[in-house]
Amino acid sequence: MSRGTGKGARIRGVFVGLATLVVVGVALELTVGAAPVDVAEQLMCVLAGEGCDPGAQYILTSLRLPRALVAIAVGAGLAVAGAALQGLFRNPLADPGLVGVSAGAALGAALAIALEPRLPGVPAGFAQPALAFAGGLAATWLVHRLARVRGQTSVVGLLLSGIAVGALSSAAIGLMSYLADDRQLRDLSLWLLGGLGGASRDVALVLVPCVALAGALLWRRARALDALLLGEAEAFHLGVDVERLRRGVVTEVALAVGVCVAFTGMIGFVGLLVPHLLRGLVGPRHRALLPAAALGGAGLLLVADATARTVLAPAELPVGILTAMLGAPVFLTLLSRVRAQEAV
Amino acid sequence: MLASMLLRSRFGRCVAMSLWVALAAVDGACGSADPTAAAQVTVPRRIVSLGGPVTETLFALGAGEQVVGVDLSSLYPEAATKLPRVGYYRQFSAEGVLGLRPDLVIASHEAGPSAALEHLRGAGIDVEVVQASDDLAGARARIEAIAGLVGADPGPALAKLERDLAEVEALRARVTSRPRVLFVYARGPGRLLVGGRGTPAAEVLRLAAVDNAGEALEGMKPWSAEAVVAAAPDAVVLPSRGLESLGGIDGLLAQPGLAETPAGRARRIVAVDDLKLLGFGPRIGEGLQELLRALHPELGEDG
Repeated sequence: MSRGTGKGARIRGVFVGLATLVVVGVALELTVGAAPVDVAEQLMCVLAGEGCDPGAQYILTSLRLPRALVAIAVGAGLAVAGAALQGLFRNPLADPGLVGVSAGAALGAALAIALEPRLPGVPAGFAQPALAFAGGLAATWLVHRLARVRGQTSVVGLLLSGIAVGALSSAAIGLMSYLADDRQLRDLSLWLLGGLGGASRDVALVLVPCVALAGALLWRRARALDALLLGEAEAFHLGVDVERLRRGVVTEVALAVGVCVAFTGMIGFVGLLVPHLLRGLVGPRHRALLPAAALGGAGLLLVADATARTVLAPAELPVGILTAMLGAPVFLTLLSRVRAQEAV
Repeated sequence: MLASMLLRSRFGRCVAMSLWVALAAVDGACGSADPTAAAQVTVPRRIVSLGGPVTETLFALGAGEQVVGVDLSSLYPEAATKLPRVGYYRQFSAEGVLGLRPDLVIASHEAGPSAALEHLRGAGIDVEVVQASDDLAGARARIEAIAGLVGADPGPALAKLERDLAEVEALRARVTSRPRVLFVYARGPGRLLVGGRGTPAAEVLRLAAVDNAGEALEGMKPWSAEAVVAAAPDAVVLPSRGLESLGGIDGLLAQPGLAETPAGRARRIVAVDDLKLLGFGPRIGEGLQELLRALHPELGEDG
């Protein structure tokens, strides 16, 4: 009993810490940047209702605020998707790339870059997210289809077909980058590095509801995912329709990751690292893990993006480079600590 | 049903609430910032240039002093490379540009992403898009267009271009040979492309009074040993930075197929400044003169 409340307090503590991280991240995202803007002064003048500098207001409300929202949505979306997949595969190394969604989205984006001059009538800047999203969904569907044998999907089947579809798309991307000219090659490599430079109000208006919807749907599956941790047969005996759960999780992950990747490219490591890290802090139960991952992912991406926008100012570093740079060492430390514990 | 389900979960309610608050804030604030209220200027004082040839043209027009920021592809003149860089022109940062407080942004029509351009316009900055040119008429038109934007006199720059082109014309009149020339873009060993029909490279070769050995191909195509042997070029032209990436002439000659061609046997490799030639900027005439002399030995060194 006392142990239970102690654990509850600890989880609460972690949530308070994560929420603080998000708040700090939003504050950073709003205050730092290539253009000097005195945020406090702008807030004061909004309250006073006069004397606002329209340029500074514009930077805050049309550039930085949508960007913060996009960072929250993408960070949360990738991390929640990663947490759900790690639960589904019962493997802490699963990441959203496994079900083919990233590879398919990358192929879609590469197609858009290669065909851009030949896609008349498509508004500029729209073809790429649309094709990336379609590619992500198509690849996920294909992976899932290939993994199904006699109406049953096996974890191994999903993994193997995910790897195969991933290899196929990277071959196609390789072919296109071989044929591409320098400009297209540069576009493609920048897209693959991921970045929030395309964030705008319209992007936020698409991203936030999609990710929120997918997140809410995944959260409703928390209990079923918990049951699955015990094993497939055990989950079945607890009344979980494992087949339906699998289909649902894969679809919702494809929605969340597909829409994030479509607008921001490949931002690596968030989906793998954040849930992995937080499982150690809040435990494996998805009711706590999924929202914790959402907060953690949002916080990580906010801080990473604020850094990416300032280190090379007035240019920007693709944020995917930073998340991988931050993520890989943390991940390695974790791994060696786990190994050390196992050795004892 | 979806909405009720979302609202039943506390998470969903929380997300919906915060989304609503955030967007309401965006809306209110955007309403108060009037983008058209930006200072009206006739002669721009602070220009950000997105695209190498645009930057080069600005400096050629004598407006270099007003340029406060450039993109990563602006490698000429030297003075431009010392200015703040706002990233590659296809992927520049809107806030980085805004931070330089420009009153005019001149962008190549390939600059982007479009969201970033929209952000600049939304912030009340005059964004002018200039068509990239890949022929001589386009080169002239771009100089005039940019001169018009910055209130400069295009006369001297155009006159210099015409003088250079007249010299090109004079050289071309004395040409007696017509070698077959292959234009190669190199990005390192094993990553070579050849210029086929419809590329800026093909236009440059035409203006240099040579035959394009890659004529059988359309667009940029990967180098294949057999195709190179079949093309039988008398000379190979490539950007000097590409030649460096291969480790010089010996590195290029080590590429499969080339040693079996007349160009390989005679070691006729011509490195050109692609900034002069392929962007069709203000120095296109200079570049063409150099190329003509290099490809037609009968013109002699003294021209």
